[in-house]
Amino acid sequence: MNYSDVFRDKELVQGLAKRIAELTRGRTEPLVFMEVCGTHTNAIYQFGLRSLLPPEVRLISGPGCPVCVTPNSYLDCAVALCRLPDVIIASFGDMLRVPGSSSSLMEERAKGADIRVVYSPLDAVQLAAKNPDKRVVFLGVGFETTAPTIAGSILAAKAQGLSNYFVLASHKTMPQPMAILSADPELQVDGYICPAHVSAIIGADAYRFLCEEYKVPCVVTGFEPTDVLQGVEMLVRQAIAGESKVEIQYSRVVRWEGNAKAQAMLADVFTPFDAPWRGIGVLPGSGLRIADKYAEFDAELAIPVQVEELKEHKGCLCGEILKGKVAPFDCPLFGGKCTPESPVGACMVSSEGTCAAAYKYGR
Amino acid sequence: MCVGVPMQVVSVDGDFAMTEVDGVKREASLMMLDQEVKVGDFVIVHAGFAISKLDEEEAKATLELMREVYSPELMG
Ligand code: SF4
Ligand code: SF4
Repeated sequence: MNYSDVFRDKELVQGLAKRIAELTRGRTEPLVFMEVCGTHTNAIYQFGLRSLLPPEVRLISGPGCPVCVTPNSYLDCAVALCRLPDVIIASFGDMLRVPGSSSSLMEERAKGADIRVVYSPLDAVQLAAKNPDKRVVFLGVGFETTAPTIAGSILAAKAQGLSNYFVLASHKTMPQPMAILSADPELQVDGYICPAHVSAIIGADAYRFLCEEYKVPCVVTGFEPTDVLQGVEMLVRQAIAGESKVEIQYSRVVRWEGNAKAQAMLADVFTPFDAPWRGIGVLPGSGLRIADKYAEFDAELAIPVQVEELKEHKGCLCGEILKGKVAPFDCPLFGGKCTPESPVGACMVSSEGTCAAAYKYGR
Repeated sequence: MCVGVPMQVVSVDGDFAMTEVDGVKREASLMMLDQEVKVGDFVIVHAGFAISKLDEEEAKATLELMREVYSPELMG
């Protein structure tokens, strides 16, 4: 079975949209649902799902992309590291174009820094094995989906006895920002489209406290158009019935308890810390840094650098975008000063950033 | 960045599997998977790791349920 085709069935998509419209007809207050994964944001724009929904249902984007929520201070540190003559930076591609305070990795590469894009953190470990006279620093960003792959790379480097592999770790975990946004009186969130592959790791049970403490419905959905729409329909039903519970639409991948092995890897290699989020600020216990036990792999400890003074970009509304308070079109720089070719803010860089998706697919 | 792609396992060699989708092959570490996989299974692959098995029965059940409930001709 080809999973992407069958879950894009036009008739099913229309049937789902029709059912959502029937359920919400005549509501005076729209129901507002937030997605917190960039892959969902991208799917919603790509398949034009907003245009299929009735005006009574509004979808807003939250802090869904690890690239977007990574603050300038992290990028500045990466830039400082890449200027060292014996350092190779290895990173997922998205990070290269994100502007830091005064430079980006892309600009540094043009000036001669050794920066490699890798598909897997294991490729970065191999790079270290092949370049024993260099220090390879992997840029460890990402949510709970990506963090275990980076934990895996540290375990692999240890098993191979490498002493020249390091991670600049600033991983983020998802449920905390959702709790903060739920408690924000300026935001009305009637339900969450919970991230799919983050949930494959942490399990749907991880959202239960949100339903209990903030009375907000949570549905874990997949990324295909029928997945997202069925998820929205489940949220609509809960909202109308005045319920708030966790449901799994994406049952072909996500289990209540999640992936125990990946969770154990996270608990072994990382330790929670108070992580800074772009636009949101420091959230207690919302990040993962390298545990003391693996300190030898921590780039921050092993390779201290002088980082330039922090500057934010004038006029960029990324912070408000990431909190779901404004839409890309509300930003005066959108499409003019700020485009995917020359991004001012992070949300325009990552292919899954809200501004980039809005630019590519239009309203 | 966290895009996981459903891929089919074509061979398993210790801690690694070769996976394929639409003719594209990719090696995936099985280090993170807490379920057994065999040739023919679908897994979600992200950044070089299989992160989860894709349950075909559940996929079929989801679709069937959707077809029953949301097919336009049935809804009138
Ligand atoms: S990197 Fe992309 S896929 Fe991963 S969480 Fe962010 S937006 Fe979602
Ligand atoms: S359009 Fe550009 S400047 Fe405006 S919020 Fe988005 S990324 Fe920032």
